[in-house]
Amino acid sequence: MGKRVTFGNTFIGIALIVPQLLLVFTFFYWPTGEALYWAFTLEPPFGGGNQWVGWQNFETVFSDPKYYNSVKVSLIFAVGTTTMSISFALLLALFVDRQLPGYRVYRFAYFWPYALAAPAVGLAFRFIFAPQAGFVSAINTYFPGAWNPATNGNDAMLLIMLANAWKMVGYNFIFLLAGLQSMPRALLEAAALDGAGALRRIRDFQLPLLAPTLFFVLVINLTESFVDSFGIVEIVTNGGPANATDLMVFKIYTDGFVGKDYSLAAAQSIILMLLVVALTVVQFRFIERRVQYT
Amino acid sequence: MADVSIRNVRKSYGKTEVVHGVSLDIPDGTFVAILGPSGCGKSTVLRMIAGLETITAGEIAIGGQVVNALEPRERGCAMVFQNYALYPHMTVADNIGYALKVAGVAKAERRRRVEEAARTVELTEFLDRRPGQLSGGQRQRVAMARAIVREPKVFLFDEPLSNLDAKLRAAMRLEIRRLHNRLKATSVFVTHDQAEALTLADLVVVMNAGTIEQIASPRDLYRHPASRFVAGFIGSPPMNMMPGVITAGGGVEIAGGGRLAIDLDDFDIEIGRAVDVGMRPEDVILDSRMQDAAATGQPALAFTAELTEELGATRLIYGKSGARDFAIAMPASSPQLPHGQVTRVHAAPARIHLFDQTTGLSLRNVARAQAQ
Repeated sequence: MGKRVTFGNTFIGIALIVPQLLLVFTFFYWPTGEALYWAFTLEPPFGGGNQWVGWQNFETVFSDPKYYNSVKVSLIFAVGTTTMSISFALLLALFVDRQLPGYRVYRFAYFWPYALAAPAVGLAFRFIFAPQAGFVSAINTYFPGAWNPATNGNDAMLLIMLANAWKMVGYNFIFLLAGLQSMPRALLEAAALDGAGALRRIRDFQLPLLAPTLFFVLVINLTESFVDSFGIVEIVTNGGPANATDLMVFKIYTDGFVGKDYSLAAAQSIILMLLVVALTVVQFRFIERRVQYT
Repeated sequence: MADVSIRNVRKSYGKTEVVHGVSLDIPDGTFVAILGPSGCGKSTVLRMIAGLETITAGEIAIGGQVVNALEPRERGCAMVFQNYALYPHMTVADNIGYALKVAGVAKAERRRRVEEAARTVELTEFLDRRPGQLSGGQRQRVAMARAIVREPKVFLFDEPLSNLDAKLRAAMRLEIRRLHNRLKATSVFVTHDQAEALTLADLVVVMNAGTIEQIASPRDLYRHPASRFVAGFIGSPPMNMMPGVITAGGGVEIAGGGRLAIDLDDFDIEIGRAVDVGMRPEDVILDSRMQDAAATGQPALAFTAELTEELGATRLIYGKSGARDFAIAMPASSPQLPHGQVTRVHAAPARIHLFDQTTGLSLRNVARAQAQ
């Protein structure tokens, strides 16, 4: 056992953890508790007395077909954007790990998008992918109407997936590159002498040994895409067209702050929270089993 | 199996050249050790043979075929790495059989060869374990088996024993040599440990600062070091060195007092030349019969013992000759040398080494030395 610093005076110990506890309580437990309370009451939009309604808010949510649509598009978005960002980040990390020309610059450059605020990313994507004037508008010159996220739900979904994936690539890249670089060089050299070419080495060594890191970024990305995608949706598609990008977290905002139905929004928040928790449990139960920590 | 030919090979990293033109011919079936201090370029040479480093200039040929442009897998070399580089996510059997799997060897055949290799290094009961569950010595064996199973043309060893404890190292050393005697494959063994190099190899290559100092059999390396560096590097404790001047009548006058007899015909030197004189601690003879050297006129050095180390069979005595450090090795059965007392020592003329003071090269007459 290592030596521990101990305080003779209990008061100092408590005083030192209080600020942290206060922060966690103020920004996590209090809002969560409040949301939980709101979810079971009818909260007037402009304050005043509220009324206990039991499960009624949840019943309303679950009887709304729009809500199921929201869950569906959220799942599609989460799986799609996570797949995109992890696979692209993996590709970049493998290239940088092989020290292709210019890798020193890329190593830094790839991380920058993560430092941008989501609305800034959204705005940039909205311009770049604008059907009339953006870089991608060239497609429409040759195939009229092929790309229009303002009217085509699939295009809109693809666009927010891309924007979110682009933002997350840098984050994933850093972890995957660190994972690749922590592998002993001699291991890959031994594999090369054993006759394995570059692709075979990726398949037989780099990917299996990267599995713990891949699992970590998978959990983070899925969670992020459920709870942290609001900024992009709000700026790029505003939930449309025809609710095609009405993600759960965006619906919470529109129902709560636009529709001023705090109770319904609170109930949805609780559901989203439980969904993310359940999803994480599932990942740890079923995917982590196949991950080998060495 | 194949011979390996290294012709004037150089290696640079950017502007820094680390290997300055190395040439070496390794006959088929020979066990060669490349010996040198860390940073001398020995591992770089090995990695260039394997194809893990590009060759900046010069040529390497394996079995008569120039391999400069070949991928590692096309060169037919198997390598045992310092930290073994076992595949942590595979069982021992999969580790050993991986090369065969990549080569597309059928499963039954693969299994047979893996088991055979495992039997050679006595690993049969560990085939289902993973490397993480093995001891250092066992991991070392897996690395060996992985190399054996491919039946390579050339075995490369990159300091494979340096992570083992002393006892295990000596045992593995024997096993590697035994294995070589059986398989007779050309082997290149890189090490900084002279005991490993001298005991294992048919031919030892001593490298220093990116160049080869000497290529010789272990016996010749010890008896006739080609340079001051080799003389100091081989042997433990290192050879005693002192400056001196050649005098008429077959002697060398040691700076700071003393004189030693040499056979002038053994060396390419002239009277009056300043040289570095070397004498191995184990070649030193105590002149107990000549308490007064001046009276007898016999050439000798004065030695004052300061410290004694008992090493079991041998006794090392450290002290001073004049102002210089001087060591003597003698059988433990010989009488003790009292500390502080001045003794007279010398060595047989044939056991005295002379080196050029500027180039450090041995002044021994090569033709005569080989005739002996």
